[in-house]
Amino acid sequence: MERYAGLFAARTQVMRSSAMRDLMAITARPEVISLAGGLPDTSSFPPESFAAQMTRIAQESSAEALQYGPTEGFDRTKKCIRELMAAEGMEPDPDDVIVTTGGQQAIDLVTKTLVDPGDPVICEGPTYPGAVPVFCSYEADTHQVEMDADGMLVDELEALLDRLEAEGRRPKFIYSVPSFQNPAGVSLSAERRRRLVEIAREREVLVVEDNPYGLLRYEGEPLPPLYQLDGGDYVIYIGTFSKVLSPGIRLGWCVAPPPVMEKIVLGKQAADLCTSTLTQYFVSEYFAEGRWREYIDNLVGIYRSRRDAMLEALERYFPEQAEWTEPGGGLFVWATLPDYIDTGDLLAKALREDVAFVPGSAAYVDGRGSSSMRLNFSGSNEAEISEGIRRIGKVVWEQVALYETITGEHRVAPPHEPDTEEADVLPLRRREQRGKPG
Amino acid sequence: MKVTVLAGGRSLERQVSLKSGARVEDALRSLGHEVTQIDPGGDLVSRLKAERPEVVFIALHGPGGEDGTVQGLLEILGIAYTGPGVGACIRCMDKVASKQALRGAGIPTPDWFAFNAQAFQGLGAADALEEIEAQLGFPLVVKPAAQGSSLGVEFAAERSAVPQALVAALSYDDRVLLERYVKGRELAVGILDGEPLPIVEAIPKQEDFFNFEARYEIGRTDYVCPAELSDDETAAVHDVARRTWEVLGVQGFARVDLMLGEAEGHQVLEVNAIPGLTDTSLFPQAAEASGLSFEDLCARIVELALERRRASAPLPG
Repeated sequence: MERYAGLFAARTQVMRSSAMRDLMAITARPEVISLAGGLPDTSSFPPESFAAQMTRIAQESSAEALQYGPTEGFDRTKKCIRELMAAEGMEPDPDDVIVTTGGQQAIDLVTKTLVDPGDPVICEGPTYPGAVPVFCSYEADTHQVEMDADGMLVDELEALLDRLEAEGRRPKFIYSVPSFQNPAGVSLSAERRRRLVEIAREREVLVVEDNPYGLLRYEGEPLPPLYQLDGGDYVIYIGTFSKVLSPGIRLGWCVAPPPVMEKIVLGKQAADLCTSTLTQYFVSEYFAEGRWREYIDNLVGIYRSRRDAMLEALERYFPEQAEWTEPGGGLFVWATLPDYIDTGDLLAKALREDVAFVPGSAAYVDGRGSSSMRLNFSGSNEAEISEGIRRIGKVVWEQVALYETITGEHRVAPPHEPDTEEADVLPLRRREQRGKPG
Repeated sequence: MKVTVLAGGRSLERQVSLKSGARVEDALRSLGHEVTQIDPGGDLVSRLKAERPEVVFIALHGPGGEDGTVQGLLEILGIAYTGPGVGACIRCMDKVASKQALRGAGIPTPDWFAFNAQAFQGLGAADALEEIEAQLGFPLVVKPAAQGSSLGVEFAAERSAVPQALVAALSYDDRVLLERYVKGRELAVGILDGEPLPIVEAIPKQEDFFNFEARYEIGRTDYVCPAELSDDETAAVHDVARRTWEVLGVQGFARVDLMLGEAEGHQVLEVNAIPGLTDTSLFPQAAEASGLSFEDLCARIVELALERRRASAPLPG
């Protein structure tokens, strides 16, 4: 260790790695029901369609598909991106679009372009766990704004912006997953979307809208993307093919105003020259077939049923002291336990029962979230979900009983009967949210 | 020679074990051995029966691999294996058993009390916490009885933090200890065939002292080897480590972790029957500081396993 420690850049001090990541290695064992991943169900993609498209590429465009491509991505890919974005009411100029290696690279490139060490960045609390290491490795001073069932509390956001302004500091951007947020599963309300866009204009702050799940909606009316409301002046948009087609093809994109895009392109050149040409060809072949909507509809049906299975299992197996969100779309439920339970420790116990989840602290930069967990319902079938939640419920229940015994509360908890009390911040019980638009 | 490396397993330290195992495999290959690797699962015994290695190199960490279970199976199969035998593994993995043995032999170890979850649930052990806290003082350390790494180790700075720390530690094992906190320098002594290696000192870089996760992250803790100690101090620490080894009946290699307390002098915390063997692990570093390359170290460990096998009649597990 000593041999290398002296060579590390200062930024590695804030790069997060942990014993917890080592724990996750165990989730790869086949007997473990993992509700930890964010895996789409790629088994529902027809292999014969995959084979046909790849064959066509080999026959018709072999040399091009195996060659380097433009840093900005192919026009043919951008055409597919336009189709997907149009489905949510957006019409970006293709010149403002860059094809990236997954949405993750778009987050990285935007942060690389905008953030100097110490610059404030604002995001939701909890936020996408994959964004945390990005902000950390660029040494951003990350601030997290709490959420309720309607997404980020914009009043708190304004208060935070005031505080930063008083200190003479300008946040570089506000990162948000407004639709079916990862990990919280909630969506920013229409009213707050409008307010957020106004705030961005008034204060000349950029908003980075990350929208992997917008089309995975299980009920309710669609909400307008921030990019649509703003028209692209202050909103940088990040999209991905990962959740509507395949994460394995590593294709995402970013839409940004031209001066920002210019820098992002330079950053992309330094990072990897261009996104995989082969998978870009695959996507354009796939879209040319014209059946992508059908495929998403199919996914929506699968995931809706899995979400229902998870919510039912939570209702049945989690103790009354637990709370959770009811997502109207996306891939995740966010559950919160009494504050004396650390979900990192709970994971160790859960792994002994062959079940895994993501501890909530992964969604915060500051150690908060340690009593929460992210539960994924897209990557397992209904029976696995139900059994997985039963196992987690069992270990949670044991911890609750143990704590009550140690503290002398000696309460015998009744079977779980959810109340209807309104909670201020995340998470809410499923029943409180029922009927709200996703 | 035909050598099988066991790495991976089901314990929480699976990842570290895989890294240790991969490094050991490379070293054994470069020594000219015929090496196979097994990630132990339901087919472990049948695979060992089929492969019949001359020696098994156990690079497993944590419960299952380091607690005598695998060692017992290898005894039954009559296959030589590296590291300590069944009894020593059981004594090392169980911190309560090892501390009791040490205290019985007059080797200093911090005061402690041990409980299982059942004691709280069925015997009202919570009512004794006040007396325990009065005796141990604050901060106190709460740790799982059987967990090889720092996982589940909690510090309670005050009374109100104790229940939560207990719940956390009991996530990793059904038994926990509450232990007196020793303020001082943290030392690790690798021992190879009864001979202590140069002492390693772990020095946390920042104020993260109570954050174990941070302390074990690469770059957040400085490791100094050999530790800056006077000749007398070094001799004393080596002596206590050697006595610890003898009392627990360890064979092969192991690592003794201890504190050099500001007030209490040296206090043995625990013994790792199969210390980490990764690029960043302390035991190989200590071996290197004594002039032993990783290949030499692995060769010696294998040799010791074969010697022991030859010297002892097969024992029931």
